Amino acid sequence: MRSILYLLTTLAVMGLAFWAYRENYRTQAAIEEMSSIQRQIGRLREDLGVLRAEWAFLNRPERLRQLVDLNFDRLKLVPFGSDQFVDVGQIAFPTATPQTSAPGENPPVERPAGYPPRRPQESTP
Amino acid sequence: MIRTPLRPLARILRAREAGENPDAIEAENRAQRHAVIQEKARDSARSRLFFMSCAFALAFCTVGFKMGVLASSQPSEPRVQTTGAQIISQRADITDRQGRVLATNLLTQSLYAHPQQMVDPDRAASELVRVFPDLDIERLRKDFTGKRSFVWIKKKISPEQMQAVHDIGEPGLLFGPREMRLYPNGNIAAHILGGATFGKEGVASAEVVGVAGVEKAFDHWLRDPANDGAPLTLSLDLTVQAAMEEVLSNGMKVMNAKGATGILMEVKTGEIVAMASLPDFDPNDRPRPLLKGDPSDSPLFNRAVQGQYELGSTFKIFPVAQAIDLKLVSPTTMINAKAPMKIGKYLINEFRGHNYGTLSVTDIIVKSSNVGTVRVAQLLGAERQRDFLEKLGFFEPTPIEMSEAPTGKPLVPKRWPAVTSATVAFGHGLAASPLHLASAYATVANGGKRVVPTLIHGRNQRGGEQVLSPEAAHIAVQMLRQVVVRGSGRSANVEGYEVAGKTGTADKPRPSGGYYGNKVVSTFASVFPASDPQYVLVLSLDEPSTKGPGGESRTAGATSAPVAAEVIRRVAPLLGLRPTTETKLPMVERPLPDRLKLVSN
Repeated sequence: MRSILYLLTTLAVMGLAFWAYRENYRTQAAIEEMSSIQRQIGRLREDLGVLRAEWAFLNRPERLRQLVDLNFDRLKLVPFGSDQFVDVGQIAFPTATPQTSAPGENPPVERPAGYPPRRPQESTP
Repeated sequence: MIRTPLRPLARILRAREAGENPDAIEAENRAQRHAVIQEKARDSARSRLFFMSCAFALAFCTVGFKMGVLASSQPSEPRVQTTGAQIISQRADITDRQGRVLATNLLTQSLYAHPQQMVDPDRAASELVRVFPDLDIERLRKDFTGKRSFVWIKKKISPEQMQAVHDIGEPGLLFGPREMRLYPNGNIAAHILGGATFGKEGVASAEVVGVAGVEKAFDHWLRDPANDGAPLTLSLDLTVQAAMEEVLSNGMKVMNAKGATGILMEVKTGEIVAMASLPDFDPNDRPRPLLKGDPSDSPLFNRAVQGQYELGSTFKIFPVAQAIDLKLVSPTTMINAKAPMKIGKYLINEFRGHNYGTLSVTDIIVKSSNVGTVRVAQLLGAERQRDFLEKLGFFEPTPIEMSEAPTGKPLVPKRWPAVTSATVAFGHGLAASPLHLASAYATVANGGKRVVPTLIHGRNQRGGEQVLSPEAAHIAVQMLRQVVVRGSGRSANVEGYEVAGKTGTADKPRPSGGYYGNKVVSTFASVFPASDPQYVLVLSLDEPSTKGPGGESRTAGATSAPVAAEVIRRVAPLLGLRPTTETKLPMVERPLPDRLKLVSN
């Protein structure tokens, strides 16, 4: 009886030792991984800072103004004026397009705006 | 355990028979018993001592072992507790109220040399000069071949330059990482941001220190790691600021002015939405301050905060508003404004020698009558007039969060005799910055509650002191509206925005005393929209002149007011202010699919 108890105790101690050994190495691996992730975060934050600076630099009002001037004939952008405030209710509805399809052809498909996307073969004859 | 009796009967009887003393037996037995007890006590004490010494030995061994481990192991930071918060740049960003970046950091490299490690110092010097043409080759050669072991070459270099230096292939040329301050928007808001430079420098890093403006005022805050890298959110709006600077610089060119400044402030909070001072500079490459001459000629000079100008007729509203508040006059009270008026030995005249005769109080403001204002100020008396201006903040530097703010202390006359009281009433003799004027106008527009200018967005400010009754403040704003509708500020009338304002043309004082005849500071201080004041705009041009149909003109009505109108026209829609229109746009009804109307009112 007593020897069985001793055997069990020894086995338990060995088991616990093995468990502690594994936990120790797992913890060290986790710490290692964490510090590498932190280094990565640091690098990414640095990159993010550079990208933000670049974004701000590319969007500086002076450059946007030059681009607007450059593309005036296409975009026709002018400074925002006080006459551009309109409520939704004051915008005219689009005029109903007359039915162009001859009888016999497929009538144009009614669908909610933007979905599903219009395929080219539907709009080209 | 069998207890032996002290006097066993058999032995005693036997001893008695032998004629011995039975007490001797008792004594002997007692001694035996004591010996046993002693033996037992000694045993237990010994084992106790043994356990005690074991425990002590274990404790000492543990401590000693731990000390040995600590002494022999490499020291390291406790890594488990660290969080991501430490990975932030050393100086926080500055953003505008919508989070657009005004100042940020960029990682660059600095270049230094260890001349003792150099292979070919002469070649290194000549190659370096090829990469950086601004370096002095003789100087470099002397540094590289001399006894020095360390030379700084460049504080900031671009990646292309770094590659070029790498290509030299000299082992004695080394790079150190540097975080530099970048202002991506260039000149925009230059005076507010100020600029930054390097403080203490090492090879591995350098401290970035603010030298002016917000950067200096918030230097500690921006470098405080406790903020977790949160940006400093200014009350500026980048779009509005850019639009204002553009309009202002065009206006300055058209009006041939030497300098210009504009301040746009929220009435309710005192937050500054845009503040510009021209000429300006690039904070990425901050020019050196002037060593001689007038500091106000330097582009570094912030006219809006540091400038001390006599702001002219824009001051007239203050005595009038105070007189209305004290119920001394009403807007329709008639005042004798016959010019010239004599105070002591001084004569007070109207602009261009006008003589208005008798005017109502409203018309005094509308026609900008000097004499009428002086009469109103005389009703107040010097003491009350002075107190009111002090309450409006004209005696102290503005508490705005910039390092230059304390230098903008108004020039206030020390004594307050009758003639000073009279001249201050129409804005001469007291020199203050345009920012002072803007906060005073904001106070009037805010229903008489004191407004303190600030550059920080969303800072909870306590409600200001009531310096003027709301009724008087309302009347004052309506009078200012009349100036724009039918007075000197007609050119500032922007359709839909109900601009209320006052022009002010003040002669510039000569440094030697007296005033220039042909140099003025023209100011237009305005509030819009008049029915529910939201914003205050103060615009000031330094030495403007314009050629109109009636010859050359320098008055604010012909110079500052039109520029201010242009600023409001550009900026008000950007601020989201809807114009008030007289004719409402029609609402469009949804057309019915079958074009039948079922019910119509």
